Amino acid sequence: MNDASTILEINNLKTYFYTDKGVVPAVDDISIKVKKGQIIGIVGESGCGKSMTSLSIMQLIAPPGKIAGGEILFQNKNLVGISKAEMRSLRGNELSMIFQEPMTSLNPVYPVGKQVAETLLLHNKHMKKAEAKQKVIEMFKMVGIPEPEERYRVFPHQLSGGLRQRVMIAMALICRSKLLIADEPTTALDVTIEAQILKLMKNLQEEIDTSIIMITHNLGIVAEMCDYVYVMYAGKIMEQADVYELFDHPKHPYTEGLLKSIPRSNVQQNKEKGLYSIKGMVPNMLNLPKGCRFHPRCIYAEDACREVEPDLVDVGEGHLVRCIKYKN
Amino acid sequence: MGHYIIRRLVISIPVTFGIALITFILLNVIPGDPVALMMKDHISADVVARVRAQMQLDDPAYIRFFRFIWNALHGDFGVSYKLNRSVSSLLMDAFPNTLILAISGALVSWIIGIPAGVLSAVKKRSFLDNSIMGFSLLGVSIPVFWAGLLFQYIFAFWLGILPVSGFDGPEYLIMPAIVLGWSSAGTISRLTRSSLLEVMRNDYIRTARAKGNLELKVVINHALKNAMLPVVTVMALQVAGLLSGAVITETVFGIPGIGRIAVNAIQNRDMPLLQGAVMFTTVLVILGNLVADVLYSLLDPRIKYD
Repeated sequence: MNDASTILEINNLKTYFYTDKGVVPAVDDISIKVKKGQIIGIVGESGCGKSMTSLSIMQLIAPPGKIAGGEILFQNKNLVGISKAEMRSLRGNELSMIFQEPMTSLNPVYPVGKQVAETLLLHNKHMKKAEAKQKVIEMFKMVGIPEPEERYRVFPHQLSGGLRQRVMIAMALICRSKLLIADEPTTALDVTIEAQILKLMKNLQEEIDTSIIMITHNLGIVAEMCDYVYVMYAGKIMEQADVYELFDHPKHPYTEGLLKSIPRSNVQQNKEKGLYSIKGMVPNMLNLPKGCRFHPRCIYAEDACREVEPDLVDVGEGHLVRCIKYKN
Repeated sequence: MGHYIIRRLVISIPVTFGIALITFILLNVIPGDPVALMMKDHISADVVARVRAQMQLDDPAYIRFFRFIWNALHGDFGVSYKLNRSVSSLLMDAFPNTLILAISGALVSWIIGIPAGVLSAVKKRSFLDNSIMGFSLLGVSIPVFWAGLLFQYIFAFWLGILPVSGFDGPEYLIMPAIVLGWSSAGTISRLTRSSLLEVMRNDYIRTARAKGNLELKVVINHALKNAMLPVVTVMALQVAGLLSGAVITETVFGIPGIGRIAVNAIQNRDMPLLQGAVMFTTVLVILGNLVADVLYSLLDPRIKYD
């Protein structure tokens, strides 16, 4: 069922939060496949479950959250129900993650070099500290941190956001991980820095031959970086396709809306028409609409959409869509 | 850092002066005449007046105040009315006892308080957490004199394994150190717990977990150093407070320290001795604050003084 080129295969993953007010299906039965060397994108609005998907892969879901079902096959090994020790040996080593907030993701009381070296030493029990330091400095060079020797000793607050994110990338890739999960890695950064970081990630991906899951709400990043895209809405995958296919032939009304909401470079047009937005709000996850989750905001919604939840159907060439308009 | 410490010390001069002034005013408005307390009833008013004159007590208050300041600047805090010994030597005799008591009390409170707080935070809302917090609450709430009497009753009177009071060897230290430590351990464990819980919510804790760290190492290496920042401040102030005399503990257990000197001086209206004890305390508290701030900058690289 699983060829050698697949690094990660998520099947029917359910991550639920058992709160006092009820069960929140943050990730509701999703399946994702990542091939070796591939960059896949997970796109969606805030709260659609994309971050929870990444934390589920890392097995870092905190209570009251729990993986309620499904499997996460990483190199053919199911991470759901794996022992804590086994999971720790993977984290930071073969499976690593970059977070959204470089400003707060580094420990303020330790020098940044030491924090990167820690990952290396954790996964290489016999490595000497001096050797680890040397490797960290090399990695700093690789991620484009100027004056790496000096920067080894500085504290996070002495670095800019862009440099901190470079440190985070160095930390994530120092063990040459097989899969890097980047959870909105550039959201907190300036646009110019964003472009640099993305370029760096793409270069490193080729150099280290790692696969990347890029989690973002920015379709521009998806277009630039990803090979294959999943569009998430309210915990479910609404559409998935090859990146060109998705941008050229979006099938789901939600994807269509997202693509229309991208600001154009034509200022005149933006001013005249205003920026397109999808009407309404992300539904309350405790009280999801009946039928298709997107129907209250869908411009094409019909009666049937309010009744039955459509399945994810294959419309050919690896393009899947969850909409009543499409049938097998 | 050197500049900072010097500046802080310079700033503390007016603070010390202000405290000297306030203490002096308070000592002069409390009722009770030291000479009358020293003399028996049958001594004539004439003699009392002569003694007062000899002790320069009839001079105007401001002259007496500046005389005190002038002498203090020369290291002379006067002579105790009651004990007829120099205040400096009395304080220096008492200080080692207070120092030993303070250090052992502080150690007890840290050794109990910090691990208890960490355990509580890690096992949040468990039976263990509730028990530790209950015990801490008792420590904070039970007055030291009552805990002291209880301990004396149980361990000295009932079980007979520890001496009731006095200060003649290490075994005399056990009860006072535990009584003193317990009450501060309560404060420290509660503070450690809340601070650690706060820190554990930070993004860098998630990063530490994502690296593949053991949860224990996440707590000890990554969270605790950050969580200790507010605790260290309290610890340094607590030590300064203890050094200036655990008044009640010293009284209950009959330990001849600074606290007991101060209490006796108040009872005897022994103004030079009391003023000396207060000045001594003032300096210790100021130094304690300074040590706290310096430790703060050592723990947190974001804080730099210059």
